[in-house]
Amino acid sequence: MTKPKPHALPRFVIAAMAFVSGTSIMTIEMLGARILSPYFGGSLSVWGSIITVFMVALSVGYLVGGRLSTRTPNAATYATFFIAAAVCSLPIILLADAIMEPIFLAIMDPRYGSLIASVLLFFIPTAILGMISPYSVRLMVQSFEHSGHMAGLLFFVSTLGSAVGTLGTSFYFVLWWEVNEILWGAVVALLMAACSILVINHLAQGQTLKQSTRYEKNA
Amino acid sequence: MKKMLERSNKLALLVVLLLAAMPLSAATIHEEKSKYRDITVTQVGDRRCLLFNVHRGDRNQTCMLVNDKLRLVFDYTRMSFAGLLLNAEPKRILVIGLGGGSIPMALSDRYPQAVIDVVEVDEAVVRVAKEFFYFQETPNMQVFVDDGRPFIKRAGIRGQSYDFIVLDAFSGDYIPEHMLTREFLEEVKLIMTPESVLVANTFSTSRLYDHESVTYQHVFGEFYNFKLPSTGNRIIIAQLEPLPPRSELMSVARALADSLDKYGVPLLQYPRRLSTAVDWDGSRRLLTDQYSPGNLLQGN
Repeated sequence: MTKPKPHALPRFVIAAMAFVSGTSIMTIEMLGARILSPYFGGSLSVWGSIITVFMVALSVGYLVGGRLSTRTPNAATYATFFIAAAVCSLPIILLADAIMEPIFLAIMDPRYGSLIASVLLFFIPTAILGMISPYSVRLMVQSFEHSGHMAGLLFFVSTLGSAVGTLGTSFYFVLWWEVNEILWGAVVALLMAACSILVINHLAQGQTLKQSTRYEKNA
Repeated sequence: MKKMLERSNKLALLVVLLLAAMPLSAATIHEEKSKYRDITVTQVGDRRCLLFNVHRGDRNQTCMLVNDKLRLVFDYTRMSFAGLLLNAEPKRILVIGLGGGSIPMALSDRYPQAVIDVVEVDEAVVRVAKEFFYFQETPNMQVFVDDGRPFIKRAGIRGQSYDFIVLDAFSGDYIPEHMLTREFLEEVKLIMTPESVLVANTFSTSRLYDHESVTYQHVFGEFYNFKLPSTGNRIIIAQLEPLPPRSELMSVARALADSLDKYGVPLLQYPRRLSTAVDWDGSRRLLTDQYSPGNLLQGN
């Protein structure tokens, strides 16, 4: 009897998940200015705060995600990233005013006010979303020779996802839906991604188990 | 009607372009790129103009006659003074959006005792207004480089109020969407008293007109809508109290008109132009902090 593999996710599924995460990151980032502007205005420095926080959060996420991928990479941990990112995005929807108001009152300079608000609202969910990329690479890589190829493929889909999130949000979503509705959309998409990972992995693992027992019987 | 306005705008643009192409073309005396836009200062004869993003073909501009600095050149700047019909003696004035400074300068000249706070997000505009448009701060008139929304929010928290508020931040190519929303107007209300009047210089064309009208009506109830055929701008004039009868406006206009003559404001013509008719699509969605795609709506 063969031990089940830690994951049996097909590559295209992992790529699709990375796409979803890329889309979510940029959807949230594009809404960031909209969320902060009632308190900190629409000046260039507010955008600067948001982009800085996203960049730093992603870089930390990449580091941590890469580190986590060295310990038996598996589908359950992978799904957990998506669930955690979804849950940690909820304060953006539910607590934005409660978080921004005291900052607005305490800090006069909108540059630092928006920076701190961005950290509190966006750092954690974005860092978690950042963990998904290196972890996805690890799940896709089966051999050293393929690692660069898989990393390239992964960057390709997740960055493409980011482009879709950016364009979709700024051109259409804000015209069709309220900010919080769009954010709920991102949360639901992340949760659905987590479910898909678990279900597909379960099914695929059953498949491989069946196949391997068949082989054993035949042998 | 909207079509006609648009056409007359286009015609005006054509005239401007033709004038610009003539040998006596505008001399550019200053150009700079600020954080927010390209700023150009031109001069033809004694007419000096401040243009934003001229390369992109925006016709948004504010002009001054260097030999008659206080005279307002454009209808839309003069129209802001219609707000005085509701409060003829403002003591605390707030102007959001400096531009060439013509509105605050005229107000400061007419009401030297009044405290005037001007808020401008772009420090380059403040510099250019001072250097090229003779704008000067006085003990009573101060400029704050800040975004209008946090400035007003803070003023409200401090319990400050203004009795004449001019929102003139919408004449750029990019609309500050956070200053079109219900929540913003509620914050403006907090700095208003029963004597206060709000004058907002906004748009008369595009889908945004409907959305914006719906939003102002939601927050203020009935307001005066002020349009002139010569300009694509419209001025919203609102107050907390129910609007006064038009006959009252006429008597204020008669009392005030002479003193506004030197700024070129034909105040006597204004009362009959102020309309409370609902000429917008009332089914349009309210603009809120959650839903405010002003820039997308304007393009449609």
